Amino acid sequence: MNNAKRFDLFRMFFSVLIALLISFVIIFLVSSEPVTAITTLITGPLKNKRSMGNVIEAMIPLIFTGTGVCIMFSANQINLATEGGFHLGGLVAAAVALKLGLPAGLSPVVAICLAALAGAVFCAIPAVMKIKTGSPELVSSLMINYLSLWLCTFIMMHFLQDPSVGSASYKLPAASELPTLVKGTNIHAGLLLALLVALFGYVFLFKTRTGYELRLTGENENFARYSGISIVKVILISQMVGGVIAGIGGSVELLSPIYTRFSWIALLGYGWDAIIICTLAKKNPLYTPLAALFLAYLRTGASIMARYTDVTLEIVQIIQGIIILLVVAEQFLSGMKHRMIAKEAKASLKEGEVA
Amino acid sequence: MTCLEKNIVLQMNHIMKIYSNGVVANEDVSIELEKGEIHALLGENGAGKSTLMKVLFGIESPDEGQILLNGQETSIRSPQDAISKGIGMVHQHFMLVPSLTVAENIILGVEPRKKGVFIDMEKAVSAAEEIAQKYNFDIDVRTKVEEIPVGIKQKVEILKALYRGADILILDEPTAVLTPQETDELFVQLEKLRDNGHTIIFISHKLDEIKKICNRATIMRSGRSMGTYEVKDISTEDMSRLMVGRDVVLTFEKEEAKPAGVILKVRDLSVRNAQGVLKVDNLSFDLQGGEILGIAGVEGNGQSELINSLTGLNKSYQGRIFVKETDIEKSSIKEIRDLSVAHIPEDRMTSGCAGNLNILENLFSNQYTDPEYSGKMLLKVKRIQARSVELIKEYLIKCRSFRQNVGMLSGGNIQKVIVAREFSTGPGLIIANQPTRGVDVGAAEFIRKRLLAFRDAGCAVLLVSADLNEVFSLSDRLAVMYKGKFSGVFTNVADVTEEELGQYMLGLKHQEEQEGVIYE
Amino acid sequence: MLQSLLSPDFFNAILRATTPILFAALASSVASKSGITNMALEGIMLFSALFGVIFSAMTGNFAAGLLLTMAAGGAIGLLLAFFVLNLKTDEILAAIAINLMATGGTVLLMLAVSGDRGSSTSIANVSAPKVVIPLIDQIPFVGQILSGQNLMTYLSILAVVVMHLFLYKTPLGLKIRAVGENKNAAESVGISSRKIQYIALMISGVLASMGGFFLSGGYMNMFTKDMSAGKGYIALAASAMGGDTPIGGFLVSLLFGAAQALANMMQLTDIPHELIQMVPYLTTLVGLGVYSYAGLKKRQKLAGK
Repeated sequence: MNNAKRFDLFRMFFSVLIALLISFVIIFLVSSEPVTAITTLITGPLKNKRSMGNVIEAMIPLIFTGTGVCIMFSANQINLATEGGFHLGGLVAAAVALKLGLPAGLSPVVAICLAALAGAVFCAIPAVMKIKTGSPELVSSLMINYLSLWLCTFIMMHFLQDPSVGSASYKLPAASELPTLVKGTNIHAGLLLALLVALFGYVFLFKTRTGYELRLTGENENFARYSGISIVKVILISQMVGGVIAGIGGSVELLSPIYTRFSWIALLGYGWDAIIICTLAKKNPLYTPLAALFLAYLRTGASIMARYTDVTLEIVQIIQGIIILLVVAEQFLSGMKHRMIAKEAKASLKEGEVA
Repeated sequence: MTCLEKNIVLQMNHIMKIYSNGVVANEDVSIELEKGEIHALLGENGAGKSTLMKVLFGIESPDEGQILLNGQETSIRSPQDAISKGIGMVHQHFMLVPSLTVAENIILGVEPRKKGVFIDMEKAVSAAEEIAQKYNFDIDVRTKVEEIPVGIKQKVEILKALYRGADILILDEPTAVLTPQETDELFVQLEKLRDNGHTIIFISHKLDEIKKICNRATIMRSGRSMGTYEVKDISTEDMSRLMVGRDVVLTFEKEEAKPAGVILKVRDLSVRNAQGVLKVDNLSFDLQGGEILGIAGVEGNGQSELINSLTGLNKSYQGRIFVKETDIEKSSIKEIRDLSVAHIPEDRMTSGCAGNLNILENLFSNQYTDPEYSGKMLLKVKRIQARSVELIKEYLIKCRSFRQNVGMLSGGNIQKVIVAREFSTGPGLIIANQPTRGVDVGAAEFIRKRLLAFRDAGCAVLLVSADLNEVFSLSDRLAVMYKGKFSGVFTNVADVTEEELGQYMLGLKHQEEQEGVIYE
Repeated sequence: MLQSLLSPDFFNAILRATTPILFAALASSVASKSGITNMALEGIMLFSALFGVIFSAMTGNFAAGLLLTMAAGGAIGLLLAFFVLNLKTDEILAAIAINLMATGGTVLLMLAVSGDRGSSTSIANVSAPKVVIPLIDQIPFVGQILSGQNLMTYLSILAVVVMHLFLYKTPLGLKIRAVGENKNAAESVGISSRKIQYIALMISGVLASMGGFFLSGGYMNMFTKDMSAGKGYIALAASAMGGDTPIGGFLVSLLFGAAQALANMMQLTDIPHELIQMVPYLTTLVGLGVYSYAGLKKRQKLAGK
């Protein structure tokens, strides 16, 4: 590892530390029992098996959307529709589970596959719009997230709704539920799939022809075009693969033991969380499980804190915001970095004189 | 004044500047300027001239060293600071806002006001006209900058600096984009400014221009100062020696060309740019294997548009282009490359490489689909790595390993990465656009020799270059491009002088009948 | 249905629905003219919607509340500028971070201030007043549309004129456009592009905050969680489609405002409300596609094919 990389890692930890410190200050300002709140935030998830289980469960959707965003951002496609793709994936899974009546074993497989397809088609909308009309995928993806929300709500309310509950679907059949891996927790088979997807994302981006094309385009589109790479193909494939992963993520989440019905009547925010995962993983899917573990831990801690103290869960979004700001800030601590590199250069200059 | 006898207005002492990618651009450079002189700052591309001037103009802050203005130590923190201290700079790439008028560009930042809030446009126009008249610049200040030619844009730049009261004027390679006639006009104006007491720093690597107009010259080589000389006391040979450290080889041992059949055939090609302006005008020519066709011309006369059409980067052209008998109208860039076309792009950083990716990743962008380097899906990483090591050795790319990011390399080494990539596919047609621009002498010579070697091996080479020495010494046939057409074509390069070429480049001369353009 | 579409009430509603989008579109245009995409509009609006309620209640005066909210919006604009310009944070990611903090921060703050969770029901409401314009309100039909709007609506239209004059007739406006079009050119004459972009983002923040203020103190009479609901993003599209000019942005905002007003009116019909909710977003999406396509064709035509 060279100095520059080591420095980036140091800066990342430092950023996380600052974000946590700022959040502690906020907790001190808003809470009547700040010390308890902070202690709960930090140690809460380690208190018992169930809480630790919650951390692992919370990781799963983050790995999916994080990997999806890594792939799209690596190709410099700023498509933020993982949010909507995830939502749609959940709805498709619910529809398959409720309407097809497939046997256990087959039901989740079909549900996940169809959700993947739906995610791909959904995230392809900004891509196709970009290719055919030149519209920026950033804005169009933001719009279709809201379309996904209301379309899913519409389908749920008119075709899947359980009138006795109100705004939720009928109970999902047991045949569609993903099996639990660890007794006493809700850690489910989706974890394995998530890790597999992260591994797939890494191999795809760094070991395949298409992945190379994506990264080349992401770093310098002119260079990629000049080299003979089809930019249209990169735009479409990167966003569709991102969509596939988001769709799978949504379906896995819904079919997990955590949910018994489709009851998502607001966007869940996993698409936005994915951005911090991608930022912390430096666009490498291999590191998304680590980044997801961090965020999941924080979130679990915060929800325990919210349950027992007067600080709300939303503090996590503030921490997330600060981390993104600082980690992405190129110039943050850059003076230190420059001095380090200058020192190295001067040293090698002297070596040159001797030689 | 502290220095009575010489009247020194500016001293820069022991300047050191290291960029954050570790490149040492200036290493202990010193320079001093006398009032009312034109002082040349001479050096090859990448010698550190521009960096030194950026330090003086407050764009970069030096890591070590001091600046004295009229004997007083001073620090220049920003361009604004520099301007307020009477330093003006005319950059190599013009610093103008295209959608604004000449007057608006001149008054930008020091706008006259009316009613306290609004810009007084009438006053702005008259002030701009006044300063233009004072220094004998003939310009319509109401025109939008995007509508005026290059030579006038440069005048606007000089006026901008003068309007702000610049005493010291930095001109960064001002003649690079000018025709010889425009250059002469510029020199007359610079002499007038000097006689008015302005001090001018003239950055260049053109020795004849320095001989013609400068009083003293400071010569730089690879980030270091090689001393300051009275121009009249130093010969161009000595200047060149100090600049490059050895005599430049400008003539190559060249065998007679052995043409081996037409490889590139262009017929009635017309290309418009994004603004709808006709840039290539009904152009036809042939290029055979085993020969180098050089295209000279002032930049912006359609060379880029021609090359973009030949390489598939631009698909909206009229006319026909054949590579080895294949009409490429419907071919993708990849398909054109598969006809064994290699392309060295004009600007290596915008389209020639990805600075944030490593050397290996930059060496295979045109051949990763080769079965040698990948299966249907997966890359053959081991083989790619082994080949990278070979290419780095063969092309003398100075680096720590193939894992080093290309952006961390020097300009010459980046160009070698590009050349290694383009040449390693065994091309049948090489399209080289400014292949040695901004690279050190050693790398330039290396690249030129390679081009000749490919020509001798039967490859067709289309060479577009602003470097007249380069086109003269390499070309078998030479064409001059002016306003989208060939104003002159020379089948024997020895038949034409540099002066004559200049007249063709300016459109003063135009061949009625051209021979040897088409082989049929 | 058709009758209500032609009624003055509907046109009145269009202006009302246009107001927040218009403020944000103006905010986006000044930022874009300076060369920065301000996607943090969404977060600034959301923050300001809550600030508006809190500050107005604290001072008991909507004008004081508005001024304080504008100051806060300007401050968030400056914060964005600090990260983008000083720390070289990617402007989109910085905006996403600010928007995230707005989502979480508003809930946290509302709870801390009032103990409310979903909406600010326990904070006394001080909204901007409606204004009846003498004489104009006498004109049949037109009077009903133009008079009796919320003060913020008039301010938004005034802001279009002010921003147009500002960008095209003042020294600072000239500098903003110069920096956005060719930063190096502006730098070369001693204009600190950083300072200009700071100012542009601050103005952008102030304008966006006025839109946010209207959301909770005019359009509705309280703050509700996530009430900006993508209006900042819609405004981003509106500004881009209007060529980042104040007048262009105004026209496109009217279009999107009409879509919103139409959606609001359709709530009274049998059409499922989930589908109606999609109308503003769908309109923006289609509008963006059509606008971009026209631009693409124009460029292709110029290039000769």
